[in-house]
Amino acid sequence: MLMEADGEAKLLAGGQTLLPVMAFRLAAPAILIDLSGVQELKGISIDDTGVRIGAMTTWRDIEDDQRLRTAAPLVSAAIEHIAHYQIRNRGTIGGSLSHADPAAEMPGVVVACDACLEIVGSNGMRSVPANEFFLGPLTTCLSADEVLTAVRFPPWPATRLWAFEEFAQRRGDFAYAGIALFHETGATGLVENAHIGLIGATSVPRRLGVAEAALNGRRLDGETIAAAAQLASSEADAEDDIHASAAYRKALVGTLLERALKAAAERAEAL
Amino acid sequence: MTGKTIGVSVPRLEDLPLVRGAGRFVDDIHLPGAWEAAFVRSTHAHALIKHVDTAAALALPGVYGVFVLADLLPHVATHLLAVGLPSPSYRQIVDRPILAGEEVVYAGEPIAVVIADNRYIAEDAAGLIEVDYEPLPAVSDIRNALDEAAPRTHRNAPHNLVAEMQLAFGDVDAAFASAPRTRSEQFFLHRGGSHSMEGRGLIAYFDKIDGILTTYNSTQTPHAAKRLLCDILRLEDDKVRVITPDLGGGFGPKLVFYQEEAVVCLAAKLLGNPVKWIEDRREHFISSAQERDQRWDVEIAYDHDGLILGVRGLVLHDHGAYTARGVNVPYGSLSALPLAYEVPTYRMGVKLVLTNTVPVAPVRGAGQPQGIFVIERLLDMMADELGLDRAEIRRRNLVPAEQMPRTKPFVTRGGIKVVMDSGDYPASQQQALDRADWDGFHNRQAAARTDGRYVGLGVANYVEGTGRGPYEPVTVRITNAGKVQVSSGAVAMGQSTKTMLAQIVADQLGHDMDNIAVTTGDTAATTLGFGGFNSRQTVLAGSSAHAAAIKMHDKLIKVSSVLLEVAEEDLEIYGNRVRVKGSDAEVSFAAILQAVSGIPGFRLPDNISPGLEFTEQVVIDPMTYASGSAVAEVEVDIDTGHVAVHRIVFAHDCGRVLHPQIVDGQVLGGIMHGLGNALFERMIYDENGQPITTTFADYLLAGADETPNMELIHLSAPTPLNALGIKGVGESGVLPIPAAVISAVENALSPFGVKITQAPISPPELVALIVAARNRQSVTAS
Repeated sequence: MLMEADGEAKLLAGGQTLLPVMAFRLAAPAILIDLSGVQELKGISIDDTGVRIGAMTTWRDIEDDQRLRTAAPLVSAAIEHIAHYQIRNRGTIGGSLSHADPAAEMPGVVVACDACLEIVGSNGMRSVPANEFFLGPLTTCLSADEVLTAVRFPPWPATRLWAFEEFAQRRGDFAYAGIALFHETGATGLVENAHIGLIGATSVPRRLGVAEAALNGRRLDGETIAAAAQLASSEADAEDDIHASAAYRKALVGTLLERALKAAAERAEAL
Repeated sequence: MTGKTIGVSVPRLEDLPLVRGAGRFVDDIHLPGAWEAAFVRSTHAHALIKHVDTAAALALPGVYGVFVLADLLPHVATHLLAVGLPSPSYRQIVDRPILAGEEVVYAGEPIAVVIADNRYIAEDAAGLIEVDYEPLPAVSDIRNALDEAAPRTHRNAPHNLVAEMQLAFGDVDAAFASAPRTRSEQFFLHRGGSHSMEGRGLIAYFDKIDGILTTYNSTQTPHAAKRLLCDILRLEDDKVRVITPDLGGGFGPKLVFYQEEAVVCLAAKLLGNPVKWIEDRREHFISSAQERDQRWDVEIAYDHDGLILGVRGLVLHDHGAYTARGVNVPYGSLSALPLAYEVPTYRMGVKLVLTNTVPVAPVRGAGQPQGIFVIERLLDMMADELGLDRAEIRRRNLVPAEQMPRTKPFVTRGGIKVVMDSGDYPASQQQALDRADWDGFHNRQAAARTDGRYVGLGVANYVEGTGRGPYEPVTVRITNAGKVQVSSGAVAMGQSTKTMLAQIVADQLGHDMDNIAVTTGDTAATTLGFGGFNSRQTVLAGSSAHAAAIKMHDKLIKVSSVLLEVAEEDLEIYGNRVRVKGSDAEVSFAAILQAVSGIPGFRLPDNISPGLEFTEQVVIDPMTYASGSAVAEVEVDIDTGHVAVHRIVFAHDCGRVLHPQIVDGQVLGGIMHGLGNALFERMIYDENGQPITTTFADYLLAGADETPNMELIHLSAPTPLNALGIKGVGESGVLPIPAAVISAVENALSPFGVKITQAPISPPELVALIVAARNRQSVTAS
């Protein structure tokens, strides 16, 4: 149908973004293809290879799946920051990822988690690493005849430390900035495999590689945390807008990373 | 059910229909065959309109009419909405045209209207209308709008000053000349719009046979709307009926008569078919009145004990592009400042500034929160300089209870003396402080700081003129079923107005709320009326209801005395009948009505006058002054700038409380509105006059998550100005909240010496202040 419509059609998932955009008359697609009846796009499966979440799975179903609290804890933690429960009842993970708003939580989480996005189109199926999926604000590598079908998260080691921190003026609003973080601690007590996903304060969902490098191989002390926060601040590419200055958002990224590292460390103590 | 109906929380008349889905808001009214309207609105803040091409819109199937100003001019007596309240302070008259003609002066100004089968088609057609604009420079910031070089809001206007005035008493310059201490400050204050859950809207139809225009209109002022429709459409006042159905909130902007109301009514008349228009949220952001910006340059003179000697200064006030109401908002700001405290000398000027933005009109509080914010912030700063407790400096300056009634040396905007009639302001503050543990707070604060948490307390007082006169009519009559029918010019916009009127009437007429029916907001039910604004309806309509009910009571007793052949003093009203005390003998309201309705050719009983109907319009010119105190407790995250308001203690005096639950609701809603003004709500225009915050994603309201613990303390000093002793309460909650919250934020940040001279304040702005203050500290330290 997408191919037949020749660019005139839009896929309708939960409708939590597309419908407001249509109500504002900013989009007027001739054809809406409702995906809600496609059962194959819904559901969560967990096995040795990781977690697979169908694109049409609602936030609510993800939130309610207790298995994810250990199998993909960053996903679970991020969801309570996504809008409000009425919206989570309808909004879907695939809709949000396809919309690719860098201020939304899940794009930052899938990038942080090295997730892969499963895409089906007229040329068959392909799997794209999250960091290659997002090309820019509201822009993905999906072509006009493709649909996102699922997101696949690699297995999550039980000893992994993680934290999700974001700050919005009101809970549920688009955040000024957010951090999705995990790392592991090696036998020597040094940080390994640090992953920092940036939410907001960026034009494209991405990881903060410089800050990650400043963490890997170090002991997680005050000095390391402060240095990583400083680097994360300068690495964020925020711009001024009506809600906040770039300087505020960049400083906030540092604050949130600091808080995330501390929260992750507290989780380590609790283990 | 009978019982006490005043002073207790009887079930609200409004509740059953609303919870059963039987509420009727304007969009619930479906007249057969009604068409719908959509407006073409200016996309420019300022432009000439060279040409409007409506051909493609008219050609769209389902479109019945497209009108621009030129199409309407032959059918109207005037195309200008002359609605400004009288004042000698105007320097130019800028009335809104019903549609823009040659020039548009704000983004959102209506240019054309499309009438079609439904809103979808109407909006599609509106999108096909091509407006050829020649953009003109726009002005959107009051801070430079009066510069000689600033663009003119209206291209042919001499300047952007629409009005100027001052409120002055005492020799303020002499007070400053001899004052031991003075302090000057600049404040920038902003309020947004009302954002009632239901926007504006109306449905209109014109009956060609009897020549009557009927419109259901979501307005706070149906009688004013009727008068304007008569004036514009050249109709006699018995040919226009305006009915206000259930209102999903008003909060001020719906007291204004708007272009759309005239145009939709006229379209219905010209097309001979009912027409409906329902404002959408985006339209609300770009066309319903807002309150917006004020800049205060102000000085205060005081002595070493912290006593105020004088206040003077100048306010710039954003008026928007047209006069939609007048000078009342800034007058409210100026007169609110010196009310609660002893201010012996005062001179505050205000310049009302035209900008290419949506016209300004009152939003709940109507300028008063700004005046209160300024005096409260100045008191905090004085306390800081003198090393006095912030509550103590207020205690020293508050008007003491023993001076009540206290005449202030100025008048209301209507020229009526300001006499604060009752209340105990210092006691109110003390009760709020005690409940909030003001004296013990510094221990909690110090303990929190050792944990790296920054908590603060702030206090603010207010006095508010409520119950603006002159009157609001109420008619009480008995129906053939023996029910008591109450009708009033008052408008029920969500504040339980019907319950209020029923309580007052039931108190005289049988104490049975179920036997009272209330009609409000229908110009056919009462000839005269003003409507809902200025915390006035319970005071004015309530007083008229009380007077009419007493007359009805006396007549029911008198007639029953004749019918039952019993002395009047042996009778009492119970439910829907009059009975002999201690006996079974009784006569129903219905039977009494029958008796006084008369039989052709027969004498009325004992020559009693016919009918059971009384209309009263109790005139009360002086306003009655409500008062109160708020203490806010906040916690500030110094790294993110997040302000969590943990607790609001609110002590207030609205005189006699008719219905505790309703009063609580009014105050709590006002507090939440005040929180929005302190921390969230911001209507942003860019430098070209383009509105930027036109959705609730960008324009933030205080919501459920932001709701603090709120504790109310009711003080009740009945006013001597009306028989029931009541004062208004609809706006009071909002008045001191921005001042109290900002004071608390400043208190939380006192280790850094942060000073806040604005409201609202956002997290990024607060962080910037904290960073600047810490930099100052480190400079001083080194």
